Amino acid sequence: MTEPKPRGFLRAAACLAALLLSVPALVANAAEEHGATGVDWQAWTANNQVWNTESLQRGATNFVNYCLGCHSLKYMRYSRMGVDLGIPEARLQDTLIPTNAKPTDYMLSTFPAVEGETWFGKAPPDLSLTARAKGTNYIYQFLKGFYVDASKATGTNNLALDGAAMPAVLSDLEGVKAAVFGEADEAGVRHVERFDQVAAGRMTPEQFDSFVRDTVNFLDYASEPTQVQRRALGIWVVLFLAVFTLFAWLLKREYWKDVH
Amino acid sequence: MAASNDGLPVRTGFLGWLNERLPVDSFMRDQLTGYYAPKNFNFWYFFGVLSIVALVIQLFSGIFLTMFYKVGEESSFDSVEYIMREVKYGWLIRYVHSTGASAFFIVVYLHMFRAFLYGSYKAPRELLWLFGMLIYLALMAEAFMGYVLPWGNMSFWGAQVIVNLFGTIPVIGPGLVEWIRGDYGIADATLNRFFSLHVVAVPLVLLLLVALHLVALRQNGSNNPDGVEIKARKGADGKPLDGIPFHPYYTVKDLVGVGLFLMLFTVVVFFVPTLGGLFLEAPNFEPANALSTPEHIAPVWYFTPFYAILRAVPDQQMGALLMAASVAFFVFLPWLDRSPVKSWRYRPLRWRIWLAIFTISFLVLGYLGLKPAEGTYVLLARIFTALYFAFFILMPFYTRGEPTDRVPDRVTFHHD
Repeated sequence: MTEPKPRGFLRAAACLAALLLSVPALVANAAEEHGATGVDWQAWTANNQVWNTESLQRGATNFVNYCLGCHSLKYMRYSRMGVDLGIPEARLQDTLIPTNAKPTDYMLSTFPAVEGETWFGKAPPDLSLTARAKGTNYIYQFLKGFYVDASKATGTNNLALDGAAMPAVLSDLEGVKAAVFGEADEAGVRHVERFDQVAAGRMTPEQFDSFVRDTVNFLDYASEPTQVQRRALGIWVVLFLAVFTLFAWLLKREYWKDVH
Repeated sequence: MAASNDGLPVRTGFLGWLNERLPVDSFMRDQLTGYYAPKNFNFWYFFGVLSIVALVIQLFSGIFLTMFYKVGEESSFDSVEYIMREVKYGWLIRYVHSTGASAFFIVVYLHMFRAFLYGSYKAPRELLWLFGMLIYLALMAEAFMGYVLPWGNMSFWGAQVIVNLFGTIPVIGPGLVEWIRGDYGIADATLNRFFSLHVVAVPLVLLLLVALHLVALRQNGSNNPDGVEIKARKGADGKPLDGIPFHPYYTVKDLVGVGLFLMLFTVVVFFVPTLGGLFLEAPNFEPANALSTPEHIAPVWYFTPFYAILRAVPDQQMGALLMAASVAFFVFLPWLDRSPVKSWRYRPLRWRIWLAIFTISFLVLGYLGLKPAEGTYVLLARIFTALYFAFFILMPFYTRGEPTDRVPDRVTFHHD
């Protein structure tokens, strides 16, 4: 029996490791981060918990009261939402379903798209899949990113989406804030140094933060209503396969006893 | 086919009746219980059977998806969401299919890498390798067209980029692109024909090629980690000394591999089906929109090494040519490698370093293909593209007359 050259192998492995190690360093160099000062809004994270049913219930109420006027969830039925979020049918009918809609209806805004284009220059988008397409952090940053900008038709602008067509509809709750920008950096980007509160809202900053978090959480749920069920079922499937594989391995060991 | 009855059980009753009309027992003997495989298969030898498992997963999940999917510019995207939300366990079928596509490529790449390690593409298995390459090409076509079907925005723009590559072919290019699309842009006609090809034509081709791949494998039997031809040394009974019957030894062993594979597979399906955007890309949760180009158009991970090569070249025509070449070189591997020894265990350090360079280049290019083509990324893509091609182009020179170790007469265990 000829042993392969262990030294040769080690040298090859060392070369491989050296090459592999040098690559991330080069790549990291390429994607160098700018030093952030002031308000680092890009680092705001939603940290929502999609298995928290109470948060989802509050988020659903927020959505129906503040978003559904303009934005639809065209793949989402009221009844499905009621079942998934444990909302009793009577309460669903009384507080969440518009008077002209049935529980089995999709959650459609009654705001006509044509009017949207006239008012905002762009029809308000359907939000069914926004959490999957853009991410929950993006929605969170967007909802908290409005600031006063007199140069815009809506009177406000948004950090996460420059020139957003959507007005700051939550300013009633959050209050109105102005963003103070610093000098432009080398890349020509002006970073926010701080916010100045122009007018107070009905909520404290903490209350507003949880309001936005609940709403983002609901949109996360709406983008994939089966995700909680998916994880719950997955545990059993993987456990079954673990047991199956264990027995398969025992069987293999038994059969292979006579192979030399 | 008159099979011999040596060593077959004497059957009466229904099984006797059946075997007189269908060679069930002799087929089982020839292909399973009397088919001798080398006894020193290691971890790498799981990926052949796992490729078949992946194929079966895709066929079955695909059949169920086709029951609910409605092809068409106006209906494709909505019907996928309908499957995800309203079809009972539709989300499961869809995630199994989307995860299955990536899993298929993972096991196929590892299966191919096994051939690199142990020289399985060498004589007398060149045709086996060629059928494998045809399977790989068919699989790429199948995956590309399947990716277009959900009609998300990345489906649309990915199709735009890939189909336009055919436009770089001199003279016939522009006409060819129109013929492929069936329209002046990626449109309903394109979507419909891709559906037809994805669910009927390419799967049929794949099944035929897999059958040929297996027949060619049976002709000479499997290679093994030592690259020893086990048929060269037979016992008094005419059986290879280093062989064991495929059934039951490898069927029970493969069962363990399949179990482990399915565990990893279901962890992805149930807990991380998008795998952070690698298996399902975020922009594809927005419907196809010809007026809104995604920030970075990137294919799914299994095409990114070739995509990085495409973008490494400033000229689109040259880039497309180089990309085609990067796949085509695989085909010539059995003739580029001049070494008389199959397994890397008995080949010199030189070969091991080249193989490491190729493997690293492929992985780095795969990473770079996911990133925007700018700055250092382009420079890196060019360096690793050069290394990638050097591995193939220089192969006849660095493998000819290479100093090899003596290959043992019999298979060994517990190496690598």
